[in-house]
Order: sequence, then C-alpha cells, then structure tokens
Amino acid sequence: MKLLKLVPDNTNIDFMRWRKLAVVLSSLLVVASLALVGVRGLNLGVDFVGGQMIRTTFAQPVDVEQLRGRVGQLRLGEASIQEFGGPKSFQIRLPKPEGGEAAANRAASQVRAMLEQQYPGARVDSVETVSGKVSEELATDGLLALILAMAGVAIYIWFRFEWHFGVGALVTLFHDVAVMLGFFALTQLQVDLNIVAAFLAIVGYSLNDTVVIYDRIRENLRKFRKMAIVPLINLSLNETLSRTIVTSLSILLALGMLLAFGPEVIFNLTLAIFLGTLLGTYSSIYISAPMLVFLGLKPDSFIRLEDDNPTAPRPAAS
Amino acid sequence: MLDFPRWKVWSITGLILLGILFAVPSMLPPDQRGAWPRFLPQATINLGLDLAGGSHLLLEADAADAAKQRLQAMEDTVSTELRRMNPRIDIGDISTAGGRLSFMVRDPTRVDAAVEKLRELTQPVGMTGSRDWDVAVTDSTRIVMTPTQSGSVRALRDAMTVARDVVRRRIDPQGTKEITVINQGERRILVQVPGVEDPEALKQLIGQTARLEFKLVDLTADPNLVAQGRAPAGSQVLPLADGGGGMAVQRRVMVSGDQLVDAKQSFNQDGQPVVSITFNSAGARRFGRVTQENVNKPFAIILDDKILSAPNINEPILGGQAQISGNFTVESANALAISLASGKLPVKLNVIEERTVGPDLGKDSIRKGAIASVVATIAVILFMLVTYGRFGVYATMALIINALLILGIMAIFNATLTLPGIAGFVLTIGAAVDANVLINERIREEQRRGRKILDSIETGYTEASTAIFDANITNVIAAALMFYFGSGPIRGFAVVLMIGIVTSVFTAVNFTRMMVALWVRRRRPRVLHI
Repeated sequence: MKLLKLVPDNTNIDFMRWRKLAVVLSSLLVVASLALVGVRGLNLGVDFVGGQMIRTTFAQPVDVEQLRGRVGQLRLGEASIQEFGGPKSFQIRLPKPEGGEAAANRAASQVRAMLEQQYPGARVDSVETVSGKVSEELATDGLLALILAMAGVAIYIWFRFEWHFGVGALVTLFHDVAVMLGFFALTQLQVDLNIVAAFLAIVGYSLNDTVVIYDRIRENLRKFRKMAIVPLINLSLNETLSRTIVTSLSILLALGMLLAFGPEVIFNLTLAIFLGTLLGTYSSIYISAPMLVFLGLKPDSFIRLEDDNPTAPRPAAS
Repeated sequence: MLDFPRWKVWSITGLILLGILFAVPSMLPPDQRGAWPRFLPQATINLGLDLAGGSHLLLEADAADAAKQRLQAMEDTVSTELRRMNPRIDIGDISTAGGRLSFMVRDPTRVDAAVEKLRELTQPVGMTGSRDWDVAVTDSTRIVMTPTQSGSVRALRDAMTVARDVVRRRIDPQGTKEITVINQGERRILVQVPGVEDPEALKQLIGQTARLEFKLVDLTADPNLVAQGRAPAGSQVLPLADGGGGMAVQRRVMVSGDQLVDAKQSFNQDGQPVVSITFNSAGARRFGRVTQENVNKPFAIILDDKILSAPNINEPILGGQAQISGNFTVESANALAISLASGKLPVKLNVIEERTVGPDLGKDSIRKGAIASVVATIAVILFMLVTYGRFGVYATMALIINALLILGIMAIFNATLTLPGIAGFVLTIGAAVDANVLINERIREEQRRGRKILDSIETGYTEASTAIFDANITNVIAAALMFYFGSGPIRGFAVVLMIGIVTSVFTAVNFTRMMVALWVRRRRPRVLHI
C-alpha cells in the first residue's frame, strides 16, 4: 500500500529566509488587531457585562422586525435580537435592568409570557441572567486565568529549555492571543465564557507545535555544535515539518467535523480553537523559531551549561 | 524493543479493559441500564445542566439584611431576658439605628445588673477571647450593644449553613430529587436543579425569607400619625402586604414561625386559599394564652415585615392550629406553606446569576455532539490509516481505546460532561494522535538515516518521548488554570482535556509500543512501511 506523504522526505525549505518579513507582517497584524479591539471593541456577552440572554425556538419562521417590535414594547431597555443557527431560532439579549435582581427576574418572565402568548408553540430554550457583580467577577477571573496560563507555560519552557525559549514562547502566545482578539473584534462574534475556555485551549495547543520544534532545536544544538544558528533552525523546522502538518491537520479535521455537525451553542468556541490551531501552526514556525535568532541564541547556549558540570551525563548521542 | 515482558502486556491490557468496563454504563441508554449486571461498575458520567436541562442559580446573602436580622433577634432576646429578671429590669427608648442596639435602663441602680446579664448573652468567638457583641454603657444609663467583626463573620457563616439546609428543604421537601445545594465562598449558595420546567416557581420558593410573626395591633395609635409612619412608643408601623398603607402593631412578637411544626395549603369556610399551620406544644400554649387574653382584638399576621392580614380574635384558639389568611392564590398559599414548613431563611437571599436550559435544547446538543464526536473520530482514523499504514492501525486502536478510557475515568470520578466538554472531547480526539505522529515521524526519519528496522523503532520511541512530555505539560498547565478559575461548563471542558491528556499519552506511548513489539517479535519484518 502506498502511504500518504503530505510532506516529501528530506525537505530543505529555507523558512528562515522570510523571518524578517514574517515578523514585520505579524507585528503589523498584532498592532492592527489591538487597534481593532480598541476602536470597535469586543462584543461581550452577558457573562461579562451582565444582563439577560434568552434563546428561543419558534414553531414557524418569524419576522425578526415584528419580534423586535414586540420585545421593544415591553420597555426593557435596548434589546438585541439575532438569528441563532436557523430561521426559527433567535437569541434575545436584554441589558441589565435598573432596579436590581427583582427587576431582572421580572424582565425574563415578561419576555417568556409575551413569547408564549404571541407565538403559540414557541419554546424557551434557555435563559441566562447575570448580575453586574457576577459578570465583573467572571471577567476578572477569565482575564487572570489567561494571563496566568501564558505566564505559567512560558515559565515552564524557560525551566525546561533556556530563557530565549521562554521569551520566544511568550511572544508567540501574545501574538496568537492578540490576533484572535482582533478576529473577535473584527467579526463582532459574541465573546462569552466559552471563548475564555477556547483561548486557554489555544494557549495550550498553540504551544504544542512550538514545544516540539524547540525540542528539536535543542537536540540539534547538542548534536551539531559547529553549525550556525540560522541553518540549524531551518534544519529543525524541516525535520519536524511533517509532524507539524500531520498533527495540525488531524486537530483541524476533528474540529472541522464539530463545526459542521456539532451543537450551535459551542460553534464560537470551536471556531476559536480551530482558527487558533491554524494560527498556532503558523506562529510556531514564523514567530517562535525566528525569535530565538533575534534573542541571540548561540550554538553553544546548551553546551556551556553542560561543560560547567563535566560529570553530567552526555545527551544521548544518536 | 523486543524485550516486552509478559507482566507488562498483562497490566496494560488489564488497565485498558478495566477502563472500558467503567465506560460501558455511561454509554447504555438510561432505560437499559437495568440489564447491566449488578456486580460490574455502575457509576456513570453526570450530564451538566447545559446537556440535561435544568436550572443553575447562584444566591447571595444580603449582608445588610443579615446584620439587620441579627440586630432584631438581639433586641428580642434582650427585652425578653431583662423582663424575666427578678425583679424585672425596665428598658425604654430602644433604637437599632447605626447598626447598634441601644436602650435606656429606667432604674439607674440596675444598670450594672443589666450589663452583667447582657454579657452572659454574648458568645465567645475563636481562641482570642473576643465575644460576638460589645456591651458598653454611655451616659450612665444607656447601654449600647455593638456587633463585633468576628462575631458578624461567624453569625453569617452559621446563617449560610442554615440557609443552605432551608433552601434544600424548600426545593425538595421529600428529599428525593437529585439537586445540588452547596455553600460557595462566604456569602453564596449554588443551587442546581436538573429538569425544572419553571424556574420562576423555583425562585419564588427561594425568594421568600418566610419570617412569620404574630403581633397585637396597637389600637391606641393615632390614625393620622400612623399615616405618617409614626407609632407610639413600643409600637411600629408596618406596611400591608397588598399595598394600601400601614398599620401600627406592638413591637413585641407574641408568637413566631419558629414555633411551627407544620404548614399546609388549605381553604377557609369561604373557599379562599389559606395556609393552615400547626404549632409545637410551647407555641400552642403561648398562642392559646395570647388569644385568650386578647379576645375581640385584632391580631396581625406578619410575613417578612409585611402585614398579611389582621383578623379579629373571635375566641381563644387553644388547639395549636391556626389559619393564615391573606390575598392568596392556591399557588402562592402553597409556596408560603412550603416556605413556612421548611423554616425561615436566616438571611435574605438574592439571585445573582441564573442559567436555565430547557430539556429539548439539551437533548439536541447531546445528539449533535455525539454525531460530531463519531464523525470526527472516523475522520481522524481514516487520516491516520492513509498516512501511516500499519502504524496508523495501532494509532487508531489507541485512539478508540483513548476515547473509551476518557469516558471510563470520567465515570469513575463521577465527573460532569458539559457542552464545552464535548468540544474538549473532540479536540482531544484530534490531538491524541499527536504522540503517535511524533513517534511515527521519528521512526520514518531514523529509517531514512539508514537505521535498521528495530533500531529505528526503538530510537523513534525514546527520542520522541521528551517532546511528547513537554508538549503535553503545557496543555496540562492551561487546563489546570481553566479548571481553577472557570465556572461550571468550562470546568467540564478542562476536566475532559486533563483526563484526555493523561489517557492519550498512556495509549499512544505504552499501548502502541506494546502492539509494535508484539508484531515485530512475531513477524520479524524486513521492511517497514511507515
């Protein structure tokens, strides 16, 4: 049987030739993303700004404008109504009502009653009410978790490798997270708790490729002590290229099926991880590897450590 | 490489079979679980509320109300205890303004006796010798009682424990439902009720403090002053529950809901819904005496500081049974009966977060999630087979075992599967082959460098292991933080990721290595297609 080889044997692509261009483009992308977040802002869900979200499915397709009008008549503040996974399903979002919890509960009951009365057969799928206090906590916790995850992972890599690698990983993560935020600012897709989970997953998985490449660079640094750093990184990238492509494709394949067949409620979460995986594959080659050159990693960076301690076992020569 | 001892084969196989055994009950449809033999594992994976349908409520104690209730309770205790002294100590000009209880002792010579008695009423807190209330004398006849910080903290903690039990009794009077009611932090209670159709009814049950009091109506009060909200000394003006002004009642609580043993919804002679209550023996005696002494006077029934009604006492009520009338519907009378029977909440609770998912949406999500998981698994399997041939078969077996092990371990820990958890599952399926990809690519590489078959397999497994280890640790770090900071559904995602990382490394490294070793030993292949 002839096996599929996505990447031919013994490739010799000069990835590093484009490193300056890639870094300039990526920097521009990061700046544009952050600017977009600053200017357009993120479409934060009720989880982070408080308020109410009601998801409902009607028996027949309904006229959005009419529905908007009827919700508006309840005078519950500025409601936003969006289609959600089909012409019969809608997501009604209400702002945090004045007058505390009692008012919030009343608002949900009012919408429910209106739906049941005006649209026979309408089904209220879910109601989420989040108070201002809880939403603030959720936002702080989410942000904290993300920052700690980035720092934790970078520190781990610093310990396992060298400081250049730790910084390289942190810059890569920053790039990925910033560009993903820019994507959410651009599309105005709703950012809720699930998206925080997606970002944390991206932090874990985007580094997956980076770590494998770093591991190979470390190995080659020990193996080819005379080789200059740029060709050495090129060699490592080529050696791991097939694995990078196969693993990323396998993750994208699985997540693609979830996007196509999975529940609508986690579509945004899956989409974020899907795009994050794509981005992570790019950034592990074009951000994390070149960063090592820019940070001044020398061919003897690892040898120095082991020469200080001559009794340490030599790395397994293979 | 060939050296793969038999005990290792058996322990790997045994572990896998055990895991699969635990996974089976969760995969059986609920109505067929009875057919699964009793001596085998029974534990199943919990479905989160977003999949099973149900309500999640986060309640927070109203700290100001807690302090107020505590102050009121102390006021009641103080007036009762000082009245009981022999000879009794008369007090007046009681005020609870500013979060402190202050009053005058009418006879200046009794101030010391009163202070001594009040000190006895306070409780020590912790090891430091501090007490829950400070008692001080100002202006020689005025006693001021101030709640201490440590006392308030403990009182709130005690109140939250009681409140949790009361909430549980209200939602589930029979104690038969699978509900979760737990304290969270200092001031919060998390309530999870699967499969509730109407979260409004749930909130109505929890929203009522249900502090029931019977007080005598102050007939001496001047109606004009009452309209302005002012009442004579020893009385207070309370609002009527149905709106429409207030009424002056004596401050002293004659009988309270604490002395109830039961409450039921019923109807009075006119067919109006009422709540019938039964007092315990002490309550019945007291209620009998008060009604005996006050025949033909109105008796105010007060719920959470609002007057429900003030019926006339036509005759002494001696049997310990009474009816609470008010503007009830059958539903509201029923809710009140449940609330009264379950005891009053020691503190007012506000709903600060609500998430309710209808059962249909949950079923839909499970169906779509299951389809997507299966399709994703098949897609990855096909990809592995065309890419790695025989080694792809091993990776595929590892993948399927991995999926079953995740389910099995989740069942063992009774973990909760949430909607994001399904995404975590599919992500794990995609990522689980990574270890095999690393190993297989390395074997390919070593072969290209001209190593012998056995040698390249051996090197492939050992050299790939550091990368596998480091790459997975970063995921564990992210997932662990997600678990620590996340709430419900996200924790579900983190749990699946963490379990998936462990099982995938186990299956990808140990299991496939075993399969490869057995194959090489049996066949002694000359060429390696990979």
